Amino acid sequence: MSVLIAAKDLRVERRSRVVTNQVLPFAGVTMVIFAFALDKETVLEQVAPGLIWLATMFSLLVLVQRAFAIEADDGAIDTMRVAGVDARAIFVGKAVALAAQLLALEVVLVLLAIVLYRQTVPMDGVVLLVTTLLVATCGLASVGTLYGGLAAGVKGRETLLPLLVLPAVAPVLIGATRAVESALGTVGAVVSDGWPWVGLLVVFAVAFGVGGSLAFGPLIDE
Amino acid sequence: MDPAAAPAPPVIELTDVVAVLGDFPALAGASLTVARGEILLLQGPNGAGKTTLLRLCAGLVPLTRGTGEVAGYDLTIDREAVRRRVGLLGHQNGLYRDLTVAENVHFWGATVGATATEISAAMERLGVGGRLVDVPVGKLSAGQRRRTALACLVARRAELWLLDEPHAGLDADARDELDHTLRQAAHAGATIIVASHELDRAGALATRTVDVIAGQIREVAA
Amino acid sequence: MTTTNPDLLAQVRDGADVGPVVTSTATRGTRILGVLTIVSMVWLVVFGLGFSPADRDQAEAVRILYVHVPTIWVAYMAFVVTAIASAMVLLRSRKGSQASSSLGWDRLAGASAEIGTAFVGVTLVVGALWGRLTWGVFWQWDARLTTTALLFVTYIGYLAVRRLDGTHRQRAKRSAVIGLIAVLEIPLVHWSVRLWRSLHQEATVLNTDGDIDMDGLMLFSLFVGVIAFTLFYVWLMMHRTRVMAMEDLIDDRGLDEALAARRQEGAS
Repeated sequence: MSVLIAAKDLRVERRSRVVTNQVLPFAGVTMVIFAFALDKETVLEQVAPGLIWLATMFSLLVLVQRAFAIEADDGAIDTMRVAGVDARAIFVGKAVALAAQLLALEVVLVLLAIVLYRQTVPMDGVVLLVTTLLVATCGLASVGTLYGGLAAGVKGRETLLPLLVLPAVAPVLIGATRAVESALGTVGAVVSDGWPWVGLLVVFAVAFGVGGSLAFGPLIDE
Repeated sequence: MDPAAAPAPPVIELTDVVAVLGDFPALAGASLTVARGEILLLQGPNGAGKTTLLRLCAGLVPLTRGTGEVAGYDLTIDREAVRRRVGLLGHQNGLYRDLTVAENVHFWGATVGATATEISAAMERLGVGGRLVDVPVGKLSAGQRRRTALACLVARRAELWLLDEPHAGLDADARDELDHTLRQAAHAGATIIVASHELDRAGALATRTVDVIAGQIREVAA
Repeated sequence: MTTTNPDLLAQVRDGADVGPVVTSTATRGTRILGVLTIVSMVWLVVFGLGFSPADRDQAEAVRILYVHVPTIWVAYMAFVVTAIASAMVLLRSRKGSQASSSLGWDRLAGASAEIGTAFVGVTLVVGALWGRLTWGVFWQWDARLTTTALLFVTYIGYLAVRRLDGTHRQRAKRSAVIGLIAVLEIPLVHWSVRLWRSLHQEATVLNTDGDIDMDGLMLFSLFVGVIAFTLFYVWLMMHRTRVMAMEDLIDDRGLDEALAARRQEGAS
């Protein structure tokens, strides 16, 4: 059932191309305007991992809004609830689709960082980098889907979502940035420093993955 | 027409139901009994509570006071189970605009494990088979979209159909086709409730009519 | 008469004559509690400002801690209460959706979160003042401060969810879920911030650990502070939950009136 929902979400994206045509450029633009705000190039290089994840966070908000907008568009969310689809399946399905889109976005951001902020990826950092991206994405997708479901059904959703999501993903911001710093060797960080942070990200992803699937049903129910 | 089966339990049994939307009591003590196989017409002015009544029977809106049973399940305890047996077609269609007819119907059919044959049959019966199957729903006419939504209901094997102004936005031919479909569905055993302003047309279609006024229900003398 | 007894409330809702109209949420209980709170606050002032000695390193500034520490302590306690009450709401609402006791737990959760958030706000402000006096800066990005700031924002989010449109039952369920998730978030945030700050010791020449060596009288003053603020919390809770119950009652009465009006509309 979740597979069905995830596939459906991705198929919608493939047809409508909103993420590729709007969200990715948005992420790219944020990376560029960071450079306008943070004048010195040395500073940019040092904080590049942080900027990658900042851009990711903002894009997450947009992606989540989009994920639930396709349901609200024609009243599909009602239909899905009436279809008696298990809330957990909806959660997992949407979270997986969201994670896939988020992951693609993060890869692009990393590439942009390499180009715009002069980052380099040492060979021994690649595994750490990839693992961080994967694990952080799972956590972010879980939080996003959970709060997105809540916000989708209420007035003021555009402002409620950031208020709920951003404090909740603070641990990911902290952990993922440190891990990527270690992977890229920014500010002299070493690869081995990064793994404890990955541990934190794993715990986060598991906590919100499990907690989210349990909480999603009661949260969206009327 | 199927006569109302006396020994079988009613599909809907509502007693003095109060349902609120925010602060407003949309349903202010509504009682209704609907037998299997009936085509019931709900008529009444805007704001009378017809939509809320339909959504209540679909298990989407909770009861604030009173008791209700739909498709054998208690609305105060087991709305999930009610939802599974029921199909709701609201003002919107609940379709994914970017996906084709086939993809939409397949998706909803898969939520109940319908076979490919059942799904194709549903599309054929509703007249959205053949060439239309691979057209994105967003490109169809209003009537075709309405029929696609009904095909989804059929594919889901809903035993109770709740239709909110299904004729709205359709031209005369489309409306005829719709009526034909509904009669067929009732013959096949579904119970259908239609809320409509189209008194003449819907009146010809329905086996029974009730007035919904100010959140309450009154039988209309035959 | 003031009560949160559901039977009595139901009577009031049905229009029964239950005696004089409720005009305040005060009872003998709250008056006694209020007096105790004032007394303990006076003690706090006396001991905090008077009897307890100045600190070796911080001089008089240490006295702020007698307010600062109790407020955060009570805030944490308040959030634990919110979490427990949220769990109760969810457990109660499983058994059958007409349970009105789950609404009582919901009010408890909400009131506690409100007060807790306010106390965290006070903690941050008072702490900033203390920081200015002792470290020379209002704020530092160390583990404790960062976690507290995130705590504050997280519960602001909780309060925002409470204010969403919907029936009382919806509010109860939603808030309960968010409340429990908030409790899940806190240790995660704490852990990550701790780990973060322990690796970056560069900024902190200043010992922000805050656990000062306290001798007898200072410890006692702190203790008095904790008692005083806890009593204050309980007093606030009693009033706030009662006000919430009355607000809900008004909503219910409003529903009855709206129902009557709607039926009228139908009859005419």
